[in-house]
Order: sequence, then C-alpha cells, then structure tokens
Amino acid sequence: MPTAAASLDRIERHDEVRELQARIRAMQTTKLDSKALDTSPTVAGLLPGGSLKAGVAYTIEGSTSLAMALMAGPSQAGAWCGVVGVPTFGTEAAAAAGIDLERLALVPYPGDQWLPVTAALADVLTVVLVRPPLMPSDGTVARLMGRLRERGATLIVLGRWPGAEARLEVTRSEWSGLGVGHGYLRSRQLTVGVTSRTGRRDREVML
Amino acid sequence: MIRTIVAWCPDWPVVAAAQDAGLDHDRPLAVIEKSLVFACSPAARAEGVKRGMRARAAQARCTDIVLLDYDRGTDARVFEPVVQGVEASMAGVQLVRPGMLAMKARGPARYYGGELAAARLLTGKLAELGVPDARIGIADGPFAAEHAARHAQSVLIIPSGSSPQFLGRLPIAALGDATLVGLLGRLGIHSLADFAALSPTSVRERFGSAGALAHALAAGLDATAITARTPPRDVRLSVDFEPALDRIDQVTFGIRAAADRFIDELLADKLACTEVRVAISSEGETSERTWLHPRWFTGADVVDRVRWQLQGSGSAGSGLKSAITRVRIEPEAVDPVGAHEAGLWGNGPDEGVHHGLSRVQGMLGHEGVVTPVLGGGRLLAERQVLVAWGDRADAGLEKARAKPWPGSLPEPAPATVFADRRAVVVLGAQQQQLEVSDRGVLSGHPAFFSPTGKRDDLRRVEAWAGPWPVVQRWWDAAAATTANRFQLIDASATAWLLVLDGQSWWAEGLYD
Repeated sequence: MPTAAASLDRIERHDEVRELQARIRAMQTTKLDSKALDTSPTVAGLLPGGSLKAGVAYTIEGSTSLAMALMAGPSQAGAWCGVVGVPTFGTEAAAAAGIDLERLALVPYPGDQWLPVTAALADVLTVVLVRPPLMPSDGTVARLMGRLRERGATLIVLGRWPGAEARLEVTRSEWSGLGVGHGYLRSRQLTVGVTSRTGRRDREVML
Repeated sequence: MIRTIVAWCPDWPVVAAAQDAGLDHDRPLAVIEKSLVFACSPAARAEGVKRGMRARAAQARCTDIVLLDYDRGTDARVFEPVVQGVEASMAGVQLVRPGMLAMKARGPARYYGGELAAARLLTGKLAELGVPDARIGIADGPFAAEHAARHAQSVLIIPSGSSPQFLGRLPIAALGDATLVGLLGRLGIHSLADFAALSPTSVRERFGSAGALAHALAAGLDATAITARTPPRDVRLSVDFEPALDRIDQVTFGIRAAADRFIDELLADKLACTEVRVAISSEGETSERTWLHPRWFTGADVVDRVRWQLQGSGSAGSGLKSAITRVRIEPEAVDPVGAHEAGLWGNGPDEGVHHGLSRVQGMLGHEGVVTPVLGGGRLLAERQVLVAWGDRADAGLEKARAKPWPGSLPEPAPATVFADRRAVVVLGAQQQQLEVSDRGVLSGHPAFFSPTGKRDDLRRVEAWAGPWPVVQRWWDAAAATTANRFQLIDASATAWLLVLDGQSWWAEGLYD
C-alpha cells in the first residue's frame, strides 16, 4: 500500500513543519504570555488565542449582548465584574447570559470621572466594561493599560480604544423567530469581524 | 433550688404600647397582632375584651377601645429603663422577657432585711419607674416564683420548701406546653400534683426529655439557674457645633476624631457595628436615616455616611440650606467581633472589592455604585432594580420575582434597556399614523421606522410582531399602565422593543 504510506509520511512531515513553526513563533514573540481567563465556549472561537486574556483591552462595536457573553465566562468562574458608564445595561439579559449579578457592580453615571472610576474598578475587579464618552489621550490609555497588566484585569470597551488586543465588530446580524405580524424574537446569528494583531477574519456566533 | 424573686408587670405589651403612643394606661386599650387581641388593659377587660379575640369583636364589646399594633421592639425598648432602674437597687437581674424579671433572693433579702422587705422595696421601685401594678413572687426556683407572682395580689411569698404544695394546686395548663397539656388533660391529669405523682421514669419513657423537664417543674424540682445579664454600655456619638457650621467639609472634619472614638468604644466591648443611625440637626430641621454597611463600620466609613447624608444629591463643599448644629450617631445593629474576624489569609477577594467600590462611592456619592437585583413585573424597569452598594435590597423583590406575571416579555431579554424611554416614529405603508383599536387590532402594517424620532431618518421595517397589550393597575390612576408592545426589526437588522402609548411610539429596549 504505497499510497497510504506516502500519505502517513506526508502527515508526519506536516506535523513536523507545524512544530517547527510554533518554535520559531515562540522565539520571535516579544511579549510574555499573559494569563488567560475562563471564557464561555460561545465566544471562545472569536478571540485570538481562544480565550480572554488578563491585562488587555478588547473593543466591541454594535452589540451589548456580545460584551455580556464575554463577561459571562469569568463571572461564572467566580470573578467580579464592573460596568462603567452604561446606564442602559440590561441586567436581566446579563443574568440570562450567565453573569452572576451578586458579583456585578454598576457605575451608571460616572460623569467626567469615568477614567479614574474605571482605573479604581480595574484595581479590584477582574473584568470591567466601559463605554467611554470620548476618546482618551494616548498617555492616559498607556497608564491605564499598565495598571490593567499589573492587576491582571481585562477591559472591554464599547466603542473605540487605542491598542486593543482585538476589535470585535458586528458585521451582520440575523434574527429568527419574528415574522411579519407574528412570532417573537427567539435567537440570533451574529457575524463578527475580528481584527487582531494577526489580521482580520469573520466568525459566526449564535447568541 | 435557688430562692428566686420574680417581678411581673401585668399586661406589659399594653403598658409599653400606651407609653410609646403617649396614651393613658387607665383607658380601654388593646394591643393587636394579626387582627387578634394580643393583650388588653384592665379597663378593656372589665368590658369583656379577652386575649385571642378578634379586633372587630373587641370593638363591638367596647366601643371606645383604642387598638394599637403589637411591636416586639417597643415592648423591649420601653422595658429597658425599668430593668436599669431595678439593677440600680438589686444586682444580678435576669430579663426573662419584656415585662418579667428574675433575680436570686438571697442577696436582696439579706441586704434589705428579709424577703418581704425586699419585695416591698421592689414594688415601690417599680411604681416609681412607671409600673403601678407590679406583682412579686418569691419561691424556690424561677418556675414556682413566676406562678407565685401571677397569683399574687401584690406580693406572694411561698415559704422555703413548700413550693411543691403551692404548685400542686395549679391546673395542668400552668406548664405552658400546649401539646403536652392537651395530652395530659385527655389522660385525666388535671393538676400539677397529679402529674408530679407519676413516677419520673415512666414520664421520661412516655414523654421524652421535654416531658421529664415538665415533670420536674411540676414537682417543684426546678433546677434552672438565674443568669444575670450584663448591662450593655450606652455607646453613642453626639457632637455639637457652636457656632453652627455651614460647610460639609467642616462638619466631617469636626466628627472625624469622635467617629474613631465611637468605633473604638464599640470594639472595646467586642462589638462590630453593621448599621448606624445618623441624625443631623440643623437650625430648625433634623435629617435622620440609617446606613447599612456590607462589612462593618470603621471610623472613616461613619464619616463618609455623614458626608453622603449631608450631600444628598449635591457635590462636596456645596452650601447647606441651614447651618449644622449637631450630629448624632447611634449604632442600630451590632454583632460580636468574633463573627467578623478576618481569616488567617484575609477574607478573600471580596474585602478588596469592597474597598475599591467604597472608594468609587467616595468619588461619586453613595448612589454612584449600584448592584442590580432582579424584581418582578411586566415593564423592564420594574424587573431590574438597582440597589446602592452596601444597602439591603427590598425583601419583597424575590417574592415579586417568583410570581407568574402573565403578559411579561418572552425570552430573550433586551440587552439595552432605556432608563428613560426614547421617542421613535413608526409609520404604515402609506406613511400614515398607526393606532390600536379598542379591540386590540393595529390599523395597518408597520412599514417605516425611525430610531431617532425624526421623519428624515425613516428606514424600512423587515419584521414585526404585536400589539401585545400591557394593561395593569387600572384601579390606581397614578400607577395605571395602558400600552401596547411591539417587537420590530429594521432594515439594519436591529431588533427593537417598542411601546405604543396612545398616539406616540417609544423605544423601551434594544436587542443589540
């Protein structure tokens, strides 16, 4: 069976090449691997590396429920979450997404103190969701990110943020269950464009 | 058995409630619990009012009766000065229940020269303290002494060693245990003497340890000891400002040292304070509220609470309506320090979380940091309640949550809930206004939708469903809701939860 042997050989080769590539990448990487947080399986496929990382920022555009799904993993694993500047945060949906409300603190109206409040929460909470009213300066962001790295907290930004680990952007959303004059909203298929350091790809997620 | 003095204040709940309400104890009064008479005054009893009677029946028998609600707290609170007064003349007082005190007879009898003299002194003392009709019983053991007090005209002394004879004449109901009393009655045992005559072994075999204890009591073999209470220290903080202060930072600075002292004093009694009542008096008005703490108060926390109370919704340093003359702080709830002891490795992450959130509260005020609690209701705003960090959620929320709420929204819940609903525009195919008829029928199909409420922002409607009527509390004009809900998906595939209230459309939530 020469063909089978050849294909086996090819697979082995392929594995070898992969292993070598991984070693090269590990030597080339300039950053230390940061701690991964527990991530819910729904969104694990969206994130670079397959999990939420501690000490970095993610930005989300166009979906609060996607942010809730990101927070659900760490919350279920016992972490505290905070929400800054989102007075419209639907807590019932958050509870349904799997966020433990006993370990959720909301600061709905931080006003112009939103940055110090975010920093104060990042000191003690594991995941902080924030909707910045305006784009902060690069210096402030760098200071905040330093603090995040030191404390091992993750920032999820609804809006834009410089130097984010990944940018999740809803490109298409498809609801099922609602017709013309009948039915009710039941489930939703999201197509999310994920832009990370390694490039951009589209992923689908069911919420 | 220990010679025991029991002092009994008859109808104490009535005396306490009357004193608390500022009423005269001599008029017909009754204290009501669950619409049944819990206790009544002698004047009401003379008219035929009895314990356990329905409040309506009591009113029917005695038309000028005043009904007061029973409150355990009032009972205990009004009795406290009485206990303190008695403690001043006799040591080692045990508070059996509000309205009844027990103490060892030996000390007072020797000091005042005989049991009768001690009892006379005690009646005089209680009369001074506002209990005109106190009864004193002295006997071997608290059980016999209590019954002696109940049978006394003023003072009844059962000589040492004759307590069994005294108790023997009492009906079996004196034991107080309803199940046991009923059973013994059916067995033909009608007095304590009959019960005491049974052999202790058979009683224990048949009725267990509770029965054996009752048997010992009936036989006058009451081994219960008197456990004297430790008088609690009165810890409160009161700071007067002379001249009156008109700036918040001055007031908080003024009480800082006193607040630390207040907490230290509590700590010296091995108490941790979890709830304080802050009363701030200014020229002419007093603002009072209680503040809870998720852990326990430190001096700085107390100062924070005073500042938040002064601030209300204003910001730090804002001028007050009138100058502050006095700040009074009392502990409302204290726990033994042992219950709050930090573990060897600290109390885990929650302690850090609390400090962090308190810091944010320091920046934004007490209401700045909230925790969500799910409640019950049909409207989204009723279903999610925000509670300030450190406050206790309303206990009724969980009960309300468990109710079925027919007509509430199906899952999933909208991820964005507008605190103040937003005005939007929904139009029919000919761009005409849509309305819901009295029979709940929509006049046309929604075809155009504008999320901003402006006509030039119209987009097509892809899918919709409704109207789902929300008609509730029609009996209460202020809280009544009559509206129709719709779910709608617009051309950008965004799903909305809309409300048609009369002629106007509103967005209640957004499924984003």
